[in-house]
Amino acid sequence: MTTTANPPPRQATPAPRAKARPGDRIFSWSTRTAGVLILVVLAGVAAFLIVEALPTFQADPAEIDGGEGFFSYVWPLVFGTLAAAVIALIIATPLALGIALFISHYAPRRMAQGLGYVVDLLAAIPSVVYGLWGIQWLAPRVQGAWAWLADNLGFIPIFTGPASATGRTMLTAGVVLAVMILPIITAISREVFLQTPTLHEEAALALGATRWEMIRMAVIPFGRPGIISGIMLGLGRALGETMAVAMVLSTGGFTWSMVTSGNNTIAAEIALDFPESSGLKTNTLIAAGLVLFAITLAVNMFARWVVSRRKEFSGAN
Amino acid sequence: MSKRIDVGDLNVYYGSFLAVEGVSMAIEARSVTAFIGPSGCGKSTFIRTLNRMHEVIPGARVEGKVMLDGEDLYAANVDPVTVRRQVGMVFQRPNPFPTMSIRDNVLAGMKLNSKRMRKAEADDVVEQSLKGANLWNEVKDRLDKPGSGLSGGQQQRLCIARAIAVQPEVLLMDEPCSALDPISTLAIEDLIGELKQNYTIVIVTHNMQQAARVSDRTAFFNIAGTGKPGKLIEMDDTTKIFTNPSVKATEDYVSGRFG
Amino acid sequence: MTVDTRIPAVSSLAQNQLPRATTPVLLVLSLAAGAGLSAALGFSWAWFAVFFIVLFAVVNTTVSGVVEGRRKATDKLVTTLVYTAFGLALIPLISVSWSVVDNGLERFGADFLTTSMRNVTGLNDQQAVDGEAEFIGGAYHALLGTFLITGLATLISVPIGLLTSIYLVEYGRGRLARAITFFVDVMTGIPSIVAGLFAAALFAVLFGVGTRNGFAGAVALSVLMIPVVVRSSEEMLRIVPNELREAAYALGVPKWRTIVRVVVPTAISGIASGVTLAIARVVGETAPLIVTAGFTSSINSNPFSEWMMSLPAYVYSQAMRPLSGSVPEPSFDRAWAAALTLVLIVMLLNLIARLIARLFSPKTGR
Repeated sequence: MTTTANPPPRQATPAPRAKARPGDRIFSWSTRTAGVLILVVLAGVAAFLIVEALPTFQADPAEIDGGEGFFSYVWPLVFGTLAAAVIALIIATPLALGIALFISHYAPRRMAQGLGYVVDLLAAIPSVVYGLWGIQWLAPRVQGAWAWLADNLGFIPIFTGPASATGRTMLTAGVVLAVMILPIITAISREVFLQTPTLHEEAALALGATRWEMIRMAVIPFGRPGIISGIMLGLGRALGETMAVAMVLSTGGFTWSMVTSGNNTIAAEIALDFPESSGLKTNTLIAAGLVLFAITLAVNMFARWVVSRRKEFSGAN
Repeated sequence: MSKRIDVGDLNVYYGSFLAVEGVSMAIEARSVTAFIGPSGCGKSTFIRTLNRMHEVIPGARVEGKVMLDGEDLYAANVDPVTVRRQVGMVFQRPNPFPTMSIRDNVLAGMKLNSKRMRKAEADDVVEQSLKGANLWNEVKDRLDKPGSGLSGGQQQRLCIARAIAVQPEVLLMDEPCSALDPISTLAIEDLIGELKQNYTIVIVTHNMQQAARVSDRTAFFNIAGTGKPGKLIEMDDTTKIFTNPSVKATEDYVSGRFG
Repeated sequence: MTVDTRIPAVSSLAQNQLPRATTPVLLVLSLAAGAGLSAALGFSWAWFAVFFIVLFAVVNTTVSGVVEGRRKATDKLVTTLVYTAFGLALIPLISVSWSVVDNGLERFGADFLTTSMRNVTGLNDQQAVDGEAEFIGGAYHALLGTFLITGLATLISVPIGLLTSIYLVEYGRGRLARAITFFVDVMTGIPSIVAGLFAAALFAVLFGVGTRNGFAGAVALSVLMIPVVVRSSEEMLRIVPNELREAAYALGVPKWRTIVRVVVPTAISGIASGVTLAIARVVGETAPLIVTAGFTSSINSNPFSEWMMSLPAYVYSQAMRPLSGSVPEPSFDRAWAAALTLVLIVMLLNLIARLIARLFSPKTGR
């Protein structure tokens, strides 16, 4: 072995292209291949989905479910998907931020650590378990509350009665989704709240801030990008979540009311119909899947854009 | 403005560990009092008890009295928030709020109390405070830029501006220059000299020349060994402490014959 | 040295302060009033909680607002809200855990874990409920399927994910690395049902429409698992201090050996615990499996042919399509028992991840 130049110590600079050792070449080649493979897989996901979805758009609109073409088939599903996710987000966000603050700034320290661990575990519970809980435990218990809403607030379109007798409604599905995304938003917000530099917290306290004022001055501004990405992650999960809705919701056609049975989400529609589907129906479902993919992609991109927007004022420097 | 502080037989604990023992001292209004002593002797711990900032550290508690113009900070029913409005603090490392502009940083404390301030009024506070901190000329053209874009010394002066904007009675400084270069340090020291006309200033420093330069009175803290509590050894006029201290340990320390 | 310890009649620092006992006293009063009000309406826990919290929030905030001012009142209101949020969130979380354990234990046991559903029909359930026969039917086939499918998915994902993360940390510069980083991010956001559709479409194109087997399920899970493995391994490799690499280079060790012998071993505990967590994440995935691996009631140990049951799919089918329409309870019990099994597996994996991270973390001198 010659004692020519060792590879430069800094890993940031690529080794000068002298004679690369065979070992080095094979190894770096295989790592790059793995990376490229991921790109290929993703391209494959897109390509296969598009190829399989195409027949939907070429087919006679009368042959699509509903008989009026793909668009009129998919928009109620899109509505359902968004409705369930929005309900979940409205319920989960304030609660999650409250719990995160409780763990990071209100609870006694020893208790806080245990709570953090419990929240992490809850985030790991499979969705099918939440679905089972939603249909067997939650739905019968909230039925009365939904009936009350329909009776007293029925003039608002989303509470139009009569309320479902089983409680298996969009609102229930939204609550189950909220419970599912609660640990996700909590875990991320708690993490960024705990990372607030003590320096900033002390600066606020030394100015005579109360605990809440300190949180508003130091903790929330510092954690804002984290909170937003947590919420977006929760939204992404709620949009793509299948089982909770497929199990809890008694599906049906489009309705504004969230307390009767009816509506469906894209993901749940696929899970319910795909196993027994054939022919054009399969293609239609795959096309719906593409729409879902596009929606979640848009949400994720939006989240990233929001987080990167105010870099200058971020706590990073 | 500006009040005196009298400390009576103060003990500070971290959990069951006694960190500072039996401190009694009088801090005059409109003067600069410096705390010196070796690392770990409890000066920083002690200065935090003067505005109850030690309560931020879990498990920290005190016994004894701290009187601000005759009113005990630790009497039952005293809210630490009220205390900290009267006793401001500047920290070791500059800590402007990174998400706020320079202007908002200065106004941070003000905004807590008066929800709606007229713009002219706010502008006035910003200008006066920044001038008071000798920073106005350097930042007046970029008040809407983030405070974290300033140099270390400027950030520290911004923190001082933020502290004096709420017009406290006392200003505590916990090693305010330890993270700064010599020129910035000089700027802060000059500023301290000006501020003492209006405020009672207490400063913790590791730099004995600094204590000698800026302070009127100096308190020397020492610790007998690891695990032992820190104690106030001696407090006197700064010139006396540095020329003719009455305790041997003080003389050893100020003359550099120490550990 | 004289110390001034006069205490004035009323300290200005304590002005406008409520006595410390105020909050607890108000809490007790609101509890009592809440109980009274809800009892008047015909007692229910829900009304009791609503009355109690609303009363306490209003009274506590008002009292504080009048005596202590707006700022303290806001602070107290927020404190109440934070505690309420926490209490409210505890309800579903405790209820989920309790339901799983309580209902799951009904059927959970060795018998459940070692038998399949083959030849179990609604008739058996009917007889069991009537007390004429033993309860039968377990989740062995689903457990086996879950292990095989998840195992295959791990075999596919870990090499790809680990090598990719090594590429990103040690080699990747420029456009390709940026593209990979970007698309791994995109992949993280793929809904699980879409991953299932992909695998289903892929196998439909390659092996004919309607092809379902365990391997297709494993491919679907890999799509979900790879980005998680890449992310966590990348993070772990990046925190390996550069000094270690430099030390190895200075000894004349080639780059690839440095990576294999120094960098990866240093980060291995973090990588292993990340992989374990990734497994825990996909082991409970349901949607992609019901469109790729399908359902069956029989044991199938060959993931490359025929439909294959998995635990999540088992929970789903037992809950949604009970064997007997008239007596669904035995099926529900099976669903809960399988859910308990699944949760136990996930918890165990999380525990293992934690242990790995703790036990095998590199010993630092300090």
